[in-house]
Amino acid sequence: MITVPIAYYLVLAAILFCIGIAAFLIKRNVITIFMSIELMLNAVNLTFVAFAHMWRQISGQIFVFFVMVVAAAEAAVGLAIIIALFRARQTLNVDEVDLLRN
Amino acid sequence: MELALFILFGLLAVAGALNLLFQRHPINSALSLVVVMMSLAVLYWSLGAEFLAAAQVIVYAGAIMVLFIFVVMLLNAGEEEQTHGSKIAYIVGIPGAGAIFCLLSFVFLSERSHLGSTALGGYLSNAVSNISEISHVLFTSLLLPFEVTSILILVAILGAVVLARKEL
Repeated sequence: MITVPIAYYLVLAAILFCIGIAAFLIKRNVITIFMSIELMLNAVNLTFVAFAHMWRQISGQIFVFFVMVVAAAEAAVGLAIIIALFRARQTLNVDEVDLLRN
Repeated sequence: MELALFILFGLLAVAGALNLLFQRHPINSALSLVVVMMSLAVLYWSLGAEFLAAAQVIVYAGAIMVLFIFVVMLLNAGEEEQTHGSKIAYIVGIPGAGAIFCLLSFVFLSERSHLGSTALGGYLSNAVSNISEISHVLFTSLLLPFEVTSILILVAILGAVVLARKEL
């Protein structure tokens, strides 16, 4: 039976994390930027699970569980902020939300 | 068999992530993020984390992404337009992300022999199942943090309700 090296899972997580960084920087829509944050969180979760498997420790999976809980809370609050932002500025483009710059 | 699973769902996850990056419409990005999360659930399962695979499908693909799609539809978000800020992000962002990826994968692949390899479906300790292992830790030594998360969720609900009110 062919096994997969843990390093491959970590490289896959690195690929997903870097795509998340690129999307975070390139995207101009605030909802899509928020989605790329979720993508980065998922990539880090994959790293935790891979290391939990490597060390035969359950604490890595517990950590992922807490990250999921915090991500759910963060998504609820973040999307509420996006709705409030859209009500105030009538736009979702982050370049047009520059109240602090001026 | 595990290698085939890894290659299939790893490629699916990367393709979904790239589709999130290149699609202009937020709803297309949201649906490709669902693909990434479902394939990550399969990878969790192949790493022996059955509970997390189920939680990934229910919490991420089921709850969080539905919330995202609700907000995209509520705000009637159309295709994003390119503005002046994007050019700097293109010039700095793509090489920066590429450099971080090169560094991370160099470290991981050079330590490849120390990291070892996986065995499909193995349990971490001598437990009967993955769920009993997780619940044993969660309800004994980590009981206080587990209960504190319920307060966190409550505060998040209140915050979301207050922030999304009409008269802010």
